[in-house]
Amino acid sequence: MVKNISRQSWATLAIFVLLAVVPPVAHAFDNSFLITMFNRAVIYAVAAVGLDLIIGFGGMVSFGHAAFFGIGAYTAGILGTHAFDGSDFIFGWTGSNDAFVVWPLAMLVAAFFGLIIGLISLRTSGVYFIMITLAFAQLFYFFFVSLSQYGGEDGLSLWDRNAIPGLDLYDRDTFYYLCFAILLAVWFLLSRLVGSRFGRVIIGCKQNERRMRALGYDPLLYKLTAFCISAAIGGLAGALIANHSEFVSPGLLHWSRSGELMIIVILGGLGTLVGPIYGALTLFLMEESLVSFTEHWQVILGPVLILVVVFFRGGIVGFLKRPGKATARTGGDHG
Amino acid sequence: MAGLVPAIVFSHLHRKMIMLLFLEQLLNGLQFGVTLLLMASGLTLIFGIMNLINLAHGSLFMVGAYVGATAIAHGSGFFLGLLAGVGAAALTGMVMEFVIMRRLYRRDHLDQVLATFGLILFFNEMVSILWGRQPIAMDPPEFLSGTVEFIPGAPYPAFRLAVIATGILVTGFLYFLVMKTRIGMWIRAGASNREMIGALGVNISLLYTLLFGFGAALAGLAGVMAAPFSAVQSGMGENILILTFVVIVIGGIGSIRGAVAGALLIGLTDTLGRVYIPDLMRLWLPPSVADGAGASLASMMIYILMAVVLAFRPRGLFQTHG
Repeated sequence: MVKNISRQSWATLAIFVLLAVVPPVAHAFDNSFLITMFNRAVIYAVAAVGLDLIIGFGGMVSFGHAAFFGIGAYTAGILGTHAFDGSDFIFGWTGSNDAFVVWPLAMLVAAFFGLIIGLISLRTSGVYFIMITLAFAQLFYFFFVSLSQYGGEDGLSLWDRNAIPGLDLYDRDTFYYLCFAILLAVWFLLSRLVGSRFGRVIIGCKQNERRMRALGYDPLLYKLTAFCISAAIGGLAGALIANHSEFVSPGLLHWSRSGELMIIVILGGLGTLVGPIYGALTLFLMEESLVSFTEHWQVILGPVLILVVVFFRGGIVGFLKRPGKATARTGGDHG
Repeated sequence: MAGLVPAIVFSHLHRKMIMLLFLEQLLNGLQFGVTLLLMASGLTLIFGIMNLINLAHGSLFMVGAYVGATAIAHGSGFFLGLLAGVGAAALTGMVMEFVIMRRLYRRDHLDQVLATFGLILFFNEMVSILWGRQPIAMDPPEFLSGTVEFIPGAPYPAFRLAVIATGILVTGFLYFLVMKTRIGMWIRAGASNREMIGALGVNISLLYTLLFGFGAALAGLAGVMAAPFSAVQSGMGENILILTFVVIVIGGIGSIRGAVAGALLIGLTDTLGRVYIPDLMRLWLPPSVADGAGASLASMMIYILMAVVLAFRPRGLFQTHG
C-alpha cells in the first residue's frame, strides 16, 4: 500500500516537472506551437481534475460537464464583449475585463447552475444520472445556439484577453505558467479536500449511501456540494479556454465535449486526481500525432479508446501504480 | 403560416384552417414519435435486459440510413433498400455485440459509456471515409410520394402515414414478441434474473446477440424511414440518440410501455412546440424577440419536460425494477 502511494507521488511529481519545463524545451526546439498545445491540455486538465472529484470519488457520472465549461467560457466572452464596446450588460453594468472579476464570476455562475442541475439530477442515480446530466448540457447547448445576441451558432470572439495587473496574458509563456499554476492549485486543493472529512463522506456515499445516512450524514447535501465545486472548477477552466482561444462558441458545450472530458478522466485514472492530467496530455498528444498522420484520425482514436476500456483498466496512473491490476472503479449499481 | 393569433378575428373558415393545421402538426408529431419509438424500444430492451448503455445505438440508425439510401440510389427499389438498411444495421449490431459489448455486460456504466463513445467516433469517421462529408439525400418511394386525404380538406403525405403505420405495426409486433412468445418469456426472465435463466439451459449469450441484432434492426428501420426527412450525414445518429435517451428516461428505463409514452410525449412536444411556441410568444412579445426566444424555448422544451418529469418521478413514468 505504501509502495502504491509513493508510486503515485512519483507519478504526480513527474507530470508537474514535465509541465514546468514545457516552455523552455519548446523554445529550445524553436517550436512555440508546442506551448499552445500543452496549454490547451493544461486547461482541459483543470476541468478534468474537477470532474474526477465527482466521478472518481463521488461516483456521480456526469455526462454533461461541458455545460459548466461552456458557461464559464461564455461568462468571460459576454462580459468581455460588453467591456470592449461599453454597452450595458445588466443594471447599467458594462461588463468587465478584469480577470479577478471575470474568473471568480465564471466559477460562481457555473456553481449556481451546478446547484440547480445538481438539485434535480441528484434525485436520480446510476444511468438516469448519466442521461439527465447529458440532457441538461444539451439544454444549455441549445440555449447558446439560439443566443443570437452573442453570436448564436457562430460563436463570439473575445476582443481582449482578461487582464491581470503586472502580467501580460498575451505572452505565451506567462499565460501558460498562469494556467499551470491554476492547475497546481486546483490539484492541491482537491487533494486536500478528498483527504478531509468532507472527502471521506463523499467516498462513503459512493460506496453505500444508506449507511452514510444511518451515520447521520445527509448524502444529498455532500454530493450537491461536491457537484457545485466541480462545476465551479469547470467554469474556471471554461474562462481559461475562452482566453486561450480568444473565442467562445456553442461547440464548447457540445455533448462530445462532455464525452472528451470523461475520456480524459478514465484514460488517466479514475479517482486519482493526478490521472486526469496524464489523461489530458495523452489525449491531446495522441490527437496531434494522429492528425498529422490522417485527417480521419478519429477512426483510430475510437478503437484505441475501446481497447483502453476493455484491457487497460485503472487508466495510466493505475498502470503506473500497479502494472496489470485493476484499481478503484466507480460502483456500477443502479439500485 | 397562420398560427395561434387572437381567435376572435377569425371567421369560421379561418378556424377550420387552424384546426386542420393543428391536425397536420399532430400527425407530424406522431410520425416523429414513432421514429423515436423504434429507437427507444431497442435501446430500452438492451438496457433493461443486458444492463448495457449503448451510445452507439445512434450509429446503427446512421448505418441503416446510409445503406438504405445508397441501395435505393443505385436502383434497388424501396423495399430492397429498406431491407438492405435494416439488414446492415442488424449485422453491424450483432458484430458489435459479439466483438465488444459482451465484454462490457459486467462492467460499470462508465466503461460502457466510454467504449460505446469510442464506437461513435469510429462509425462517424468511417462513414465520412466511405461516403464523404457531404450529406446524401433520399427521396420517398414513388408509390408513396403522393398525399392521402383521409381527413377531409387536409391532404397528408402518404409516406409519413406509412411511417406512422409501420411504427404502430412494429410496436405491436414487439409487444406480441415480448409478452406472448417463448423467446419473449426468456427475455423477460433474463431481465429479472440472468443467472437463473442461464441455469435453466437457455443459451443466454446467443439470446443476447440476437436481441442486440433485433434492437439494431429497429434502429436501422428508423434510420431508413427518417432518411427522406433529414440529411443523411455523419453524426446524424447522435441527435436522435440523445432524444431517444430523453424518451427512455422519461418513460422509465427498461419499460416498453414507458418507451411508447415517452416517444409520443417527446415527438408531440417537440413538433408542436416548434410550430406554436413562437406564435404563442408573439402574444406577449414583439415579433422579432418572440421568434428568437420562441425558437430557443422550443428547442429546449423537451429537456425542460424531462427535468420536470424526473423532478417528480426520478425513475420515470413507468418505473420497472423496484
